[in-house]
Amino acid sequence: MNMLQYIIRRLLQLIPVLLGMTFIVFLIIRAIPGDPALVILGQQATEDAVAALRESLGLDEPWYVQYFQYLGNLLTGDLGESIRTRTPVNEEIWPYLATTFELSIFAIVIAVIVGVNAGIISAWFQNSWFDYTAMVLALVGVSMPIFWLGLMMQYQFSLQWDWFPTTGRENVRDPVNAITNLYLIDTLIQGRFDQFVVVLKHLVMPGIALATIPMAIIARMTRSSMLEVMKSDYIRTARAKGEKMFWVVYKHSLKNAIIPVLTVIGLQTGLLLGGAILTETIFGLPGVGRYIYEGISSRDYPVIQSGILIVAFIFVMINLIVDILYSVIDPRIRYN
Amino acid sequence: MKTQEKVLDVKGLRVSFFTDEGEVPAVDDIDFYVREGEVLGIVGESGCGKSVTSLSVMGLIPSPPGKIIGGEIKLNGEELTTASEKRMRQIRGNDVAMIFQEPMTSLNPLFTIGNQLMDAMLIHKMGNKKQAKQRSIEMLKLVGLPRAEELMNDYPHQLSGGMRQRVMIAMAMVCNPRLLIADEPTTALDVTIQAQILKLMKDLNTKMNTAIMMITHDLGVVAETCERIVVMYAGKVVETGPAVEIFKDPQHPYTRGLIQSVPDMRYKKQRLYSIPGNVPKPGSIKQGCRFADRCEFAFDRCRQEDPPLYQTAEGHSTRCFLFDEKEETAHDNRNTVKS
Ligand SMILES: Nc1ncnc2c1ncn2[C@@H]1O[C@H](COP(=O)(O)OP(=O)(O)O)[C@@H](O)[C@H]1O
Ligand code: SF4
Ligand SMILES: [Mg+2]
Repeated sequence: MNMLQYIIRRLLQLIPVLLGMTFIVFLIIRAIPGDPALVILGQQATEDAVAALRESLGLDEPWYVQYFQYLGNLLTGDLGESIRTRTPVNEEIWPYLATTFELSIFAIVIAVIVGVNAGIISAWFQNSWFDYTAMVLALVGVSMPIFWLGLMMQYQFSLQWDWFPTTGRENVRDPVNAITNLYLIDTLIQGRFDQFVVVLKHLVMPGIALATIPMAIIARMTRSSMLEVMKSDYIRTARAKGEKMFWVVYKHSLKNAIIPVLTVIGLQTGLLLGGAILTETIFGLPGVGRYIYEGISSRDYPVIQSGILIVAFIFVMINLIVDILYSVIDPRIRYN
Repeated sequence: MKTQEKVLDVKGLRVSFFTDEGEVPAVDDIDFYVREGEVLGIVGESGCGKSVTSLSVMGLIPSPPGKIIGGEIKLNGEELTTASEKRMRQIRGNDVAMIFQEPMTSLNPLFTIGNQLMDAMLIHKMGNKKQAKQRSIEMLKLVGLPRAEELMNDYPHQLSGGMRQRVMIAMAMVCNPRLLIADEPTTALDVTIQAQILKLMKDLNTKMNTAIMMITHDLGVVAETCERIVVMYAGKVVETGPAVEIFKDPQHPYTRGLIQSVPDMRYKKQRLYSIPGNVPKPGSIKQGCRFADRCEFAFDRCRQEDPPLYQTAEGHSTRCFLFDEKEETAHDNRNTVKS
């Protein structure tokens, strides 16, 4: 069985998982007390007006009819229309998602690069001052509450030292001309390097706050995995060949040691999406967390459903990517 | 083509491990040498310090906790104990190569055989990728592996233990080293494969004139391949001499015990002899002969003094008071040993 077949089979296996997810999300949302029509029209609305609105929104249908309608639309790629803004979710969700993606990718890249390297160097120079410092920091990092860290950074680096802006994504007096809505990319495409720096500055603090926990976990995992691998016979063989220690560590050892770390990276990337929502709140970023939050407060069912579904979908995809990476790295893994 | 030239000359080597329980003198003042193109056997039970000795030559003692605390290791006349790590890297795999006991785990599972073979040559800048590939295929053929070209793209898990050990040997020979250290190369293999691998190594020794330091706990292995033997016990050399002589006239009681424990194919039903007791933990015997507790000839002096090496013939010496010409009791005992 080759890789392509394996990927296709894994994607097919996702279908029931995703179906189950839509169903559960659909039911849970409708279990939240409150009525979207009432939220829109206000408490003073007449019963007739509310009933009319419910009908026009399709909310008067039995739940299973609504569900299959929703599912049918979903299959054509239509996420539905926001009850509150009357705009297709497809159209309005992307800027929010892009904000979250940009932050999450930025954070996971920091977490992986710093975490993996800290783990490698700690293992390479086991029991050195670097090892001790890194591992103490990692221990602190693992148990760091994001909101506390975020607030402390804002206090110190924004209010006290004014190094970074406190909140937002961009300079409001010089807004980024959105193309992809990933501002780092947009500013680069347009050659606005001044804006690029501004956007980057906005990302630093939320990025670090969000990266801290995964970075610490990745560092510890990499270290222990590297220590294990570096004891193995084939590493001794590599050294007996006269290989430079740098390559013994970064080539022969790392390729083996990274396999268990990948699982952790995948899991942390998933969790990071959850963390992103909290971080966005602290740093006033208009991410998917805010979108879902706004959806919840107005009982905007399509918005909530879509937001949660997309986040869950990404979570599942990350798992799949990790599994594929395994088989790319390790020839002993058979695709089954 | 054998000369008197020594490829490797080890003198007074001491290696200790500094552990939580204190200093462990794993190798305690040993001397031996390997001549150009010669096969030297280093024999002793597990825990006698054979691997530590060979890793010292490679400069690969795990450190910490291990450290060479004395003596010299001369390779082609160059002192290795004081050589820089950079110099040691140039020497490893190039002048001295090493193969290990566990063929199943000694190859990196995530790189192809070809990649690992070519590495050996590319590290030492002995040629470009194309030349390295060509040479690797040549080496695979030389060590008797079929379909060498395809094997280059295989991963270690696709090969049997015997094939992997052949790959290890091919890898060690890529740069045509003057000395090959083989640390129990056949211990993990089954008997028929063992014989094949030993024959291969002997052939390579003859063909390429590579000196071999053959480390084993099995005198049977040594009998078939080695010209000279060094018998180690508890971190010391207890007997050394030409293989033929040692098999004909083993002197040290430990060597005698080892020879008795070699399975003799002619008497298959006979129960295998084994020397009673165990190798003492390094450093645990503070006084006297380290073999005294297991020696049937031990007498008073053995528990008080540490025996030196007594030369008994040209190139043959033994660390045992029985061979002290001045020793009265010993003379009677020695006759018993010899009879
Ligand atoms: N990494 C280590 N740490 C502590 N002691 C060690 C280590 N490696 C070897 N030793 C000590 O050195 C002794 C000899 O080991 P070794 O050379 O592997 O024996 P052999 O190869 O003859 O079986 C062992 O009994 C052990 O006490
Ligand atoms: S010195 Fe004594 S104890 Fe040691 S081997 Fe000789 S006879 Fe045995
Ligand atoms: Mg050993």
